[in-house]
Amino acid sequence: MDSAHSSRDAGQVKLPRAIKILVAGGFGAGKTTLVGTVSEIEPLRTEETLTNRGVGVDDLSGVETKQTTTVAMDFGRITIGDDYRLYLFGTPGQERFWFLWDELALGALGAVVLADTRRLADCFPSLDYFERRETPFIVAVNCFDGARRYDLDEVRLGLTLHPDIPIVLCDARERESGKEVLITLVEHAMKMRLGTAPAAGNTAPAT
Amino acid sequence: MSPFEEHPETQWVGEEAGPIVRPYVLTRGRTEPTRGRFDLITLAVTVRSASPRESGLDPECLAIVRFCRQPQSVAEIAAHMNLPAGTIRVLLSDLLDQGFIALQEPHSETDMHDESLYRAVLDGLRAL
Repeated sequence: MDSAHSSRDAGQVKLPRAIKILVAGGFGAGKTTLVGTVSEIEPLRTEETLTNRGVGVDDLSGVETKQTTTVAMDFGRITIGDDYRLYLFGTPGQERFWFLWDELALGALGAVVLADTRRLADCFPSLDYFERRETPFIVAVNCFDGARRYDLDEVRLGLTLHPDIPIVLCDARERESGKEVLITLVEHAMKMRLGTAPAAGNTAPAT
Repeated sequence: MSPFEEHPETQWVGEEAGPIVRPYVLTRGRTEPTRGRFDLITLAVTVRSASPRESGLDPECLAIVRFCRQPQSVAEIAAHMNLPAGTIRVLLSDLLDQGFIALQEPHSETDMHDESLYRAVLDGLRAL
C-alpha cells in the first residue's frame, strides 16, 4: 500500500520526511509548555481515537476487551530545511491511557519523559511504557520555581533509571533549554539505533 | 426569496455554535480509511486542484484540497478543520482515490537506521 502512495507523488512534489517525537510525563509536568517553546507554530490541538487492539490481557469474562478512548493532543512543528519536518506531540493529562499509546508511538524517533521532582512517581507509567516498547527516550527534569533542586543522581535513583538513559535538567519555558533536550534525545536515539556515538567532541553522556 | 438562495456562501451560524454536522455524517458513517495507514504525521499534498463546480466534492474535502497546497500532516489538517483525526483519515483516503492528493507515509521504525537522518536533524536543531 505504501508503495502505491509513493508512486503517486513521484515527479510531482518532493515531500519532506516527517519525524515524530513524543513528549510524555505526568499531569502538569510541562509537556505542552515544552512543545510550545520549541515549536515554530503556535501549538495546535487534535483529537485522536486510540484503540488497544488485542493487548494480551487475561480475560476471564470472555467479553470484548478492545478499549477505545479519545485523547486530545497538543503538537508543534520544527521544519529542518526542505528535507525533514519534526512533529512534537504532547499528551496532556492522558497518562491513564498509556496502554493505548501504541498507535502514537509507532514510528516515533523517540520520546522525552518530563519529570516533576515534586511528583516524581507521575512519570513512572511513561518510563515503563517506553522501556518495554524499546522506544529510545530520555528523562528531562523540569525545574519549576520553588521546587527543590535535586541532584540528577538522586532523581536517577528515585526513578531506578538504567545508567544508559540520559537524564537532563531543563526549563520547559526556555527555548534554548528545550532545544538541548531535543538534541540529547536525538543523540541518544542515534546511539541506540545505530550503536554509534554522535558527532565527535561532544560531552560525555550524563550519568 | 430566501437569503440562502441569493447568497449561497452566507454562513447562517457562527463558528461558536459548534459543528452542525456530526463527523460521522461527513464520512457517511465510515470510521476507517479505504486504505493506507495514515499516521498523524503522514503528509498530504494537493496534486490536482478542485473547483467547487466540477469536482462534486463536499465543502470539507474542498477545504482540505485548498489547505494542502502546501504539504500538511494529518494532525495539522485535523486541527485546521477542527475535526477528529479519524474523520480526516477517511476524507483523505477518498481524496487519494480520486487523485486530488498525494501522500507520504512517515518512516517506519525499522527505517530509523539511516545515519544521515540523525545528522540532519541534529544539525537542524543546533541551528535553530
